[in-house]
Amino acid sequence: MTALLRRELRLALRHGSDTLAALLFFVLAASLFPLAIGPAPETLGRVAPGVVFVCALLAAILPLDRLFGAELEDGSLDQLLLFGLPAPLLALVKAGGHWLVTGLPLLLAAAPTAVMLRIAPEALPALLAALLPATLLLSLLGTVGAAVVLGARRGGVLLPLLVLPLATPVLIFGVGAAEAAASGLSPRPHLLFLAAMLAAALPLCPLAAGAALRSAAE
Amino acid sequence: MLEVEGLATIRGERLVFAGLSFALPAGGALLLTGPNGAGKSTLLRLLAGLGRVEAGRVRWQGKDALADLPAHAARVAYLGHQDAIKPGLTAAENLRPWGGGTAAALAAVGLAALAELPARLLSAGQRRRLALARLLLRPAPIWLLDEPTLGLDAASVARFGVMLAGHRAAGGVVVAATHLPLPLAAAAELVLGG
Repeated sequence: MTALLRRELRLALRHGSDTLAALLFFVLAASLFPLAIGPAPETLGRVAPGVVFVCALLAAILPLDRLFGAELEDGSLDQLLLFGLPAPLLALVKAGGHWLVTGLPLLLAAAPTAVMLRIAPEALPALLAALLPATLLLSLLGTVGAAVVLGARRGGVLLPLLVLPLATPVLIFGVGAAEAAASGLSPRPHLLFLAAMLAAALPLCPLAAGAALRSAAE
Repeated sequence: MLEVEGLATIRGERLVFAGLSFALPAGGALLLTGPNGAGKSTLLRLLAGLGRVEAGRVRWQGKDALADLPAHAARVAYLGHQDAIKPGLTAAENLRPWGGGTAAALAAVGLAALAELPARLLSAGQRRRLALARLLLRPAPIWLLDEPTLGLDAASVARFGVMLAGHRAAGGVVVAATHLPLPLAAAAELVLGG
């Protein structure tokens, strides 16, 4: 398993522009909002958590269609399925790779971006605490989506249509945590909801993605 | 010993083949021939556990081989149409996740000098040789080869013959689909219909 994860990271390193593209998309999309709705701190600060979350969601989806698409095209998917790991574990490795390469950099870029959007200082820790499970969830859900659309014509278009609805609860509770903290309430219930979703997705998403990978290979 | 009994498969509502049976003893080799679309690649994928078996059975050492796919995957080395090579990684890095002995495997296909070269700089034949090197990384007793010598020069085919002979001498079996003559001595032949 570690050998496969190392392969993922090495590939990401060699194709560093893919990671950088998602990250730059995130920062650029977020910085369009001050231009569109004006730089007044009160309006901008109020929408900041939502903007950060939506942009992170969209940026995380960007590299997904290559997650398995590239492997299918060059025949690597067959070799991966014959690696000797059960297909769900293979999907878990892929989701982990996606998080390390896309989710983690987004998490790191979120703090400066939120500050740029003049987020309320007391909401920032809650936002980041919510983004950690949220990015993990996005990687898991995205892996399912990427595996399901594998081999479909125009899979790249289908993918966001499949993943975004699944990701709405993540968005709602994630932004809820930051807004609760901004209005002086405890973000804990929202964070616990996110943690519960993560606990459910961690076994279920790899199982679904693994089954989809097997059927894509057939 | 690899046994196939009454194997049938359907691709896109078309029956590709049915009632296919053969047995390969340790060290045996089977050549799959037949026109394009006869189901040679499909059969290899089925044997690798990558396809869906509609009817029939695949047995390895007397036990149902496809019941436990991860365990079967460890027994199988599959070489597909495509080389499964990442152009961004070097030749050695392309092999490394699949097992140890990378240097020896590269030497066996005559690519030792190019180990640190990015795979995108390799020629088509060299990529095929790199894909062949993957067969040597794990002691898999079943080799499933789809057009293994496509694009290889005479020297590489000879080296590949040595690989095949070594594998069979160690008790491994080989099933190969091909239109070209392969360096396989005393191989049985199975002609699939069109």
